[in-house]
Amino acid sequence: MKILGIDSSSLVASVAIVEDDIMIAEYTTNFKKTHSQTLLPMIDEITKMTGISLDEIDYIAVAGGPGSFTGLRIGSATAKGLGLALKKDLVHIPTLEALAYTQFGTDKLVCPIMDARRNQVYTGIYSFEKIKTNFENEKDYKIKTIMDQSAISIEDLCKEIDKLGRETVFVGDGIPVFRDYIRENLKSEFSFGPAHDNRQRAGAVASLAFSYVRDQKTESAADHAPDYLRLSQAEREKNERQANEA
Amino acid sequence: MTNSDVNILAIESSCDETAAALVRNGREVLSNVIYSQIDLHTLYGGVVPEIASRKHIEKINQVIEKALKDADFSLEDVDAVAVTYGPGLVGALLVGVAEAKAIAFAAKKPLVGVHHIEGHICANYIENKELEPPFLCLVASGGHTHFVLIKDYCSYEVIGRTRDDAAGEAFDKVARAIELGYPGGPKLEKLAREGNPKAIAFPRANIDGAKYDCSFSGLKSAVLNHINSCKMKGEEVNRADIAASFQDAVIDSLTSRAMMAVEEFGVNRFAIAGGVASNGAIREAFEKVCKEKGIEFYKPSPIFCTDNAAMIGVAGYYEYIKGTRHGWDLNAVPNLKLVSR
Repeated sequence: MKILGIDSSSLVASVAIVEDDIMIAEYTTNFKKTHSQTLLPMIDEITKMTGISLDEIDYIAVAGGPGSFTGLRIGSATAKGLGLALKKDLVHIPTLEALAYTQFGTDKLVCPIMDARRNQVYTGIYSFEKIKTNFENEKDYKIKTIMDQSAISIEDLCKEIDKLGRETVFVGDGIPVFRDYIRENLKSEFSFGPAHDNRQRAGAVASLAFSYVRDQKTESAADHAPDYLRLSQAEREKNERQANEA
Repeated sequence: MTNSDVNILAIESSCDETAAALVRNGREVLSNVIYSQIDLHTLYGGVVPEIASRKHIEKINQVIEKALKDADFSLEDVDAVAVTYGPGLVGALLVGVAEAKAIAFAAKKPLVGVHHIEGHICANYIENKELEPPFLCLVASGGHTHFVLIKDYCSYEVIGRTRDDAAGEAFDKVARAIELGYPGGPKLEKLAREGNPKAIAFPRANIDGAKYDCSFSGLKSAVLNHINSCKMKGEEVNRADIAASFQDAVIDSLTSRAMMAVEEFGVNRFAIAGGVASNGAIREAFEKVCKEKGIEFYKPSPIFCTDNAAMIGVAGYYEYIKGTRHGWDLNAVPNLKLVSR
């Protein structure tokens, strides 16, 4: 089975083709050029380079949020358009779960952080649960969500981690923004992920999608929409006005 | 269907309508699907860009699939995919652009980016099979007010434009001032029928050195001043007279420029397009002045005046025939110029 992965939830644009346990191609850029200009040319490039026809793809997995609203929609519309034309279903992967999945198998907590502005981070807390295989010494891992993805303050996040009291590895584009705060305030042991594995990667999106497909968590291209975790500003303000009036 | 037919799948998402259409040979609309978000934006008194973008992504596949189904088409039968890439709301445009690119890429079809105003102009070709360039066109909507000389297919010269508010924007603002709500255009037109268009002498602004440019912000201010002065004097505000007199001033501004342009550029056809062109009073006024001048007048049905994808399919056809192709890096251009492409 082949899965095309797409992640354009942040400044990173990333596309990948994963066939079962092999990543055939991955193209990732972290560069100030709009995803509208990079994403589809990157898919074009990896299919040309590998000679894989899009018709061979079984599912299209897309990082479905949170993230930059516009970035998410470019990824979603691309996935939806491909799904419509190829008559393939989509797999909606939560952005932060895929980001955490880059640290597969670690015994630490994994905490992806994305700068959500307005003094918040998009974050979640994940760990890897050891599972047995048919071979005595071989282990496999399953990603476990300890705190579901949400938008919270860095203060609240650090308190949550300290409550759990386990060593934590941080990944995500929130690191440069909140590194100093974490260093000064987090009581638990922590580290930051390495350059090659501390940002969104479509390889992780596609790889994680295999377990979603096994669990039949797929959706039609028509039904797919991003999960922003936040209302639009206009809706927020309207709700606040109504709350004040009430 | 013959082999020489050219069938365009068109997608439009520049503002608050999610639309897709199938158009054959630039003149025949095989399907025209529009999902309007107007009810959603009415709650906010105008189009909220982020809400529009979110709704586009929710609806776009259903709209495209319905356009294909209504035309009894599969993607294989399509010759090219056309999409509006500007001007418009950037977040809204990006949904259509990313979707159209992905479909064209996966279906191995050429991609043709279309200018939204070019689309509005081309809406006139749908029901007026005899209409061909050269002609003059007024494109007036909530976002645009342009006088355009269509020199040939795909060849445009903007001879005048609004310096401030678009005509449709002025309708919306005045409608709000007389408490008609959003969207103001149709409501104001309805109320104007009960009023006297000569009751209040609202100004018709001229721009020095640019005779085809217009301005509506002064007119809007004059309406607001009139309302204030009535209130100060304790006089009753006659909303119907305001609506009728305001609409008359807009009509005057537009028809007088149109007839001047017809003479200067020596064309014998004049067309209107855009959401404001669905206004009955404006349609009648142009019909009348064109008849008096002895020139042919063209207008699309109202459904092709407001935003739709059929018009993008028509424009896309002529661009496709001319050889226009866009790459997979096509981006949305919110302030795309009509002639500088």
